Amino acid sequence: MNLRRDVFQAIADPTRRAILLLVATQSMTAGAIAANFETARPTVSKHLQILTECELLQQEQTGREVHYQLNPQKMKEIADFIEPFRKLWDDRFNKLEAMMKKYKPKK
Amino acid sequence: MERKTKVTADNNQQVINISREFDLPVELLFKAHEDPELFEQWMSHEYGTTKVVKYETKQHGGWAFQTVDSQGNVLFKANGVFHEFVPNQKIIRTFEMNGTPFDVQLEFLEFERLTDETSKLTMQTVFRTAAQRDQLLKMPFAQGLDMAHNRLQQVISQLK
Repeated sequence: MNLRRDVFQAIADPTRRAILLLVATQSMTAGAIAANFETARPTVSKHLQILTECELLQQEQTGREVHYQLNPQKMKEIADFIEPFRKLWDDRFNKLEAMMKKYKPKK
Repeated sequence: MERKTKVTADNNQQVINISREFDLPVELLFKAHEDPELFEQWMSHEYGTTKVVKYETKQHGGWAFQTVDSQGNVLFKANGVFHEFVPNQKIIRTFEMNGTPFDVQLEFLEFERLTDETSKLTMQTVFRTAAQRDQLLKMPFAQGLDMAHNRLQQVISQLK
């Protein structure tokens, strides 16, 4: 069975978000990643599999070791998706804040 | 510039979470949501002016507003009911966009005092389905234009 996973499913899980943070600056082996969690190793493997399936992580074979690294292009897709909506509210709230700083109650 | 407004939308949930800290006492933050003239101002933008049609700030009171462009064309209409309205603490309201395929949304707004001069607003918007939420997020709020113009109209006509 080859379920087509999407990136939003991947980042919904806190452990998977933590994994993405871990590998943000350096590529790591599955073992090195798992060492950062109290979760059982197979559980971490499952998370890595999901992150790889939805292309947030890329695997890199070096000798006998497999390193995981972030796929920046895919990460950008997530940011792009939410960003316009966030910007909409940020603009509104900036306006609200500026306005209310000058607010003088009517007598 | 620092990103002050945080938005999260976890997958498989039909919720959008928005939070923001303000350099304002909680009373002023709430006032901007309570006073229809102030609400009109911060909900307006260069592409359209927001006009409040009805704003009954009490439990089970109704509200409605519309956004109009410079030619007087109505770009956007929304309405709903305040389920709870507790000054400086919380607003629970429904939110329905007129003339769109979206079902009514349920919104929880919590106002929190941080210090005498700062406050926090936490908004939770619940959609009928996760698909509707994703659809809303995918709408073209390009470059923070708000519910901009014809592009919105286009998207909506495609949805029908």
